[in-house]
Amino acid sequence: MNTVGKSLPKIDAIAIATGKPVYTDDLVMNNALVVKILRSPHAFAEIKTIDTIEAQELKGVECILTYLDVPKVRFTVAGQSYPEPSPYDRLILDKMVRYVGDAVAIVAAVDEQTAVKAMSLINIQYEVFEPVLNFETAQGHRSIVHPEDDIYSHFDFGMNKEMNIVTSHKVEVGDVEQELQNCHVVVEETYYTQAQAQAMMETYRAFNYLDHTGRLVIVSSTQIPFHVRRILSRALQIPISKIRVIKPRIGGGFGGKQTLVVEMYTAIVTLKTGKPAKIVYDRKETFSCTTSRHAMRLKVRLGADKEGFIRAVDIEGLSDTGAYGEHGPTTFAVVGDKTLPLYNKTKAVRFMGKVVYTNKMPGGALRGYGATQGTFALESAVNKLAEKLNIDPAEIRLKNLIQEGETYSINVNTILRSSSLYRCIEKGRKLISWDEKYPSRELANHKVRGVGMAVTMQGSGIANIDNASAEIRLQDDGYFSLLLGSTDMGTGSDTILAQMAAEVLDISVENIIVNAADTDVSPYDPGSYASSTTYVTGMAVVRAAEELKGKILRQGAKILEVSPEEVEFNGKEIRMIDGNKSISLKRLAELSFIGVGNLPLVGNGTFGSPISPPPFIAGFAEVEVDRETGKIDLIDYIAVVDCGTIINPNLAKIQVEGGIVQGIGMAMYEDVIYDDKGHMQTNSFMQYKIPSRKDIGRLQVAFEPSFEPTGPFGAKSIGEVVINTPAPAIAHAVYNAVGVRVTKLPITSEKVLMEMLNLKEKSMQLLNRKEWRGKECNK
Amino acid sequence: MFTIDNLVQPETLEEAYKILTEKRNNTILGGCAYLRLGSQRIGTAVDLSKMNLNFIKEQDEYIALGCMTTFRDVEISPVLHEYFGGVLPKAVSNVVGVQFRNIVTVGASVYARYGFSDLITPLLALDTEVQLYRGGRMSLEMFLNKPLEKDILATVFIKKSAKKAAYQHLRKSASDYPILNVAVSNLDNQWIIAVGARPQRAAISRHASEELSKGNMTNEKIDHIASLVAEELSYGTNMRGNAEYRKAISKVLVKRAISEVLQWK
Amino acid sequence: MEIGVIINNEEVTLQVSADEFLADTLRTYGMLGIRKGCDTTSCGLCTVWLDGKPTLSCSILSARVQGRKITTIEGVEKEAAEFAHILAAEGADQCGFCSPGFIMTVLAMKSELKNPTEEEIVHYLTGNLCRCTGYAGQLRAVKKYLGGSLL
Repeated sequence: MNTVGKSLPKIDAIAIATGKPVYTDDLVMNNALVVKILRSPHAFAEIKTIDTIEAQELKGVECILTYLDVPKVRFTVAGQSYPEPSPYDRLILDKMVRYVGDAVAIVAAVDEQTAVKAMSLINIQYEVFEPVLNFETAQGHRSIVHPEDDIYSHFDFGMNKEMNIVTSHKVEVGDVEQELQNCHVVVEETYYTQAQAQAMMETYRAFNYLDHTGRLVIVSSTQIPFHVRRILSRALQIPISKIRVIKPRIGGGFGGKQTLVVEMYTAIVTLKTGKPAKIVYDRKETFSCTTSRHAMRLKVRLGADKEGFIRAVDIEGLSDTGAYGEHGPTTFAVVGDKTLPLYNKTKAVRFMGKVVYTNKMPGGALRGYGATQGTFALESAVNKLAEKLNIDPAEIRLKNLIQEGETYSINVNTILRSSSLYRCIEKGRKLISWDEKYPSRELANHKVRGVGMAVTMQGSGIANIDNASAEIRLQDDGYFSLLLGSTDMGTGSDTILAQMAAEVLDISVENIIVNAADTDVSPYDPGSYASSTTYVTGMAVVRAAEELKGKILRQGAKILEVSPEEVEFNGKEIRMIDGNKSISLKRLAELSFIGVGNLPLVGNGTFGSPISPPPFIAGFAEVEVDRETGKIDLIDYIAVVDCGTIINPNLAKIQVEGGIVQGIGMAMYEDVIYDDKGHMQTNSFMQYKIPSRKDIGRLQVAFEPSFEPTGPFGAKSIGEVVINTPAPAIAHAVYNAVGVRVTKLPITSEKVLMEMLNLKEKSMQLLNRKEWRGKECNK
Repeated sequence: MFTIDNLVQPETLEEAYKILTEKRNNTILGGCAYLRLGSQRIGTAVDLSKMNLNFIKEQDEYIALGCMTTFRDVEISPVLHEYFGGVLPKAVSNVVGVQFRNIVTVGASVYARYGFSDLITPLLALDTEVQLYRGGRMSLEMFLNKPLEKDILATVFIKKSAKKAAYQHLRKSASDYPILNVAVSNLDNQWIIAVGARPQRAAISRHASEELSKGNMTNEKIDHIASLVAEELSYGTNMRGNAEYRKAISKVLVKRAISEVLQWK
Repeated sequence: MEIGVIINNEEVTLQVSADEFLADTLRTYGMLGIRKGCDTTSCGLCTVWLDGKPTLSCSILSARVQGRKITTIEGVEKEAAEFAHILAAEGADQCGFCSPGFIMTVLAMKSELKNPTEEEIVHYLTGNLCRCTGYAGQLRAVKKYLGGSLL
């Protein structure tokens, strides 16, 4: 192939790398009102009185809004296809505030200083309630986070809000209890995964204005322009047709921007004042007033028969969705959806549990979206099982993992069409020298090295729901414009989609202008999340390009007065296969815009899939643990990836490296910590430590391409799967090194050392007792 | 959000001190990395940048560091590499990043007596004095223990000698605050053991230092000294670690620092 | 208050308040390549050169830089583009939000360090956080840029 499979630089690379003003805050007009949010200092309270008079009178203050000034219709902020599987439990401003940082008032002023001053002049009396801060005791807590009557859900996911339950979920195939009883060996363990922050470098920001027809135009750092448009329509109670959302270059998202976070505040200010308005969240707000990964508790029971076949998998979960439920039900479902299918020699599987409300910042979307939490739990349990069975952890997986061509255990009608996971494991083993290093090697100076592994799957788009379209037009200069609604947040999706179109049309990427994303112009796309862009939008692009190619051939043939079968198109001209008549693309294009009876040439494509072909990764970690301090140094991390066909090797590799490092962060360094009043303490880069350059060791990435027949050029996805393996692989490596099983993330030197000392103490006690007994016996 | 009404850049310390003490909410500016985190209402902020106080000078008996010397200046200073096993450059090199170290100043860090400081711990293990504009010259230890009074810390003096020193630290991630740090020095069998980021600020473990100075260096002795340090000093709990863990690793870091010093011939 | 500074070799007079930070002053002035990624002087996105040294403009009070030389990425366009091309060839630009600050630090490192080892490079760049790339692609680009014995 000419373009697909090539490591082309991103089409926006030079501009964004050299600091050109192409991001949201660079584009805002000078006189836009600055919007700031006054926030609740209490984790759970109700506003009794709110006095904004003095603040309103401050010079430069344009408007101050409270819960009395906003529509009373509840909505969800989740970026999901309509009808959303999320409870409509939000208002733009609510009388009740449900976490420290929940919005209390919207202040718009001519500049930031004035807005901040105005905020200090607002007087609020709260009635403070006892907050629900521990998700393990949320169920049946005397405080009800959402007592209101007007929560609406499109689906019945077993909400019981009086018990603070958002969802009760269960997926079951076969009789898990019976199968576990029949198993020769059963392991059981409870795992805790922490909330994690997306920590993208560009915080949340948006601005909007009213255009020449009185429509609201929003420019936002968002992954979901179409969902933002629809959600705002409901939240503001104005028609969707009155809203336009434009997404410029954005500085990262990782799922954080798959949620409407700031747009409603500026939107309502502009509607009330008629003036442009902007909002920029600082880092503190980004950490503490948006969304994080859902913290979860997952209890896993795994049973295997004598031969080492895993016959039963039972996962019971509890997920903390915080103050609002936007992504609660869906992330929870993904825990089971993207773990249980891996081991398909099972006779029974079950995933069940609950998602609960608490008075903390809401859980949202973060790369992996439930699969990350599930992978940590399941893979850690598989490693534990391997040890109990005395089988090599790689061997037990090769024995039990689903292979290409087989069916899933939870969806027995679906065949796995592409997988090279077996080859990924074999390759990874070799690259890390697994056989020499497993399980551990002692070094000098109190150090010991251990190796560990884990595998994972994810999806490519949401089956039967994600539907994307693309349009490609031949312009009058012989160039093409590709119109997309997907949202490149730095990943390079604009570039790889252009590569796909270029491949079909046999042209260079330089001949394609990519336009994305503007809801007035772009074809519909859910946005870039759920690892959908390469697979779903990609197929739409391929179909659009193929349709256009067909039209070019037919139009060219018509002009040359031959039949379409007699001509071919080589990217530059349409010419006869046998014969010497030809017409250049440029000329064809020019002609298509002149005169009577010529149609400009446009190709459209749409794609939605009944399946979500999983990408796979086998991850291997080598750690070095200092026996005296518990300090863990990550020496080597190897990821071998099956994402189907690789569209752009450089960009794919960087996705893997970036995802691994985020996974390393979740495994070892990142934690969201609250104090006992519900204040988030890790609300800065000073306290919340994402990995720095020195924290990551050596990364090695390799690919084992498979071919997904339903995907563009055989591609699947890569965006999320990359974050899932480090936590379980590193935990495994630490266990192999020093015998400490960390089941509660993150894995810190303190946990490791204190447990080592604890184990040493226990074995000393045991030894003493044995000695004592021995002495007793000898008397 | 903090506010400053007025910013001045005086040319002499005398002028600076006068302005500083004019009003309660007048203050000297250091690197400002911490200033921006707070909500102080500052009247006049005094910037010492125009006084050429960013120097590292080797004098006859001392090395003198001006208060506006940055951590980065310390990190790359040939003089400070030459002496004391290069312990000062080593210690500050862990702090956040190069750009950050180009801003953070020696004077502000010492004056603020930060618990997490990577600079104060090794300074305490060396023969360090500070020169205050009003309070005069005194040992660093005395400065750290005296009540806080408004003053300007103008210079830090470190006595030159053949003293050997080592620095050990433990961090959760490389650019984070330390969970604990340790500096150990030895000159003619006079040992000093200092432990910082406990999370309280650095302190000398006197008893342990004296015991160590009695000689007879064996592995058992070193273990014993390390235990003495863990007993003598107090440790606390914060987001980076709990007291029990800090106590446990203080033993290890002290041991390692002592061994490192012993290896310097 | 009024201050006179030299921004990218041009003498400029600016109106600043005593508590205004350089990052905001420069962005208002039009240097939009400066980004603010954090509130705690922790991320490196706002890196500019002050008298040639890489510093964090988010923590420098504008009033203090009276008479001094400030260099932003807009002032080193040619050198920045040269490195940016190498970065882009690795695919390591990604979202680009950390790139200008990163490039300013890389260029400063090139002047300051002679023949650095990989360890020295990583040490010099530690103050520049990145969430997209996992740092490895950036290091590949830096090595290619510095050339010589590292390749």
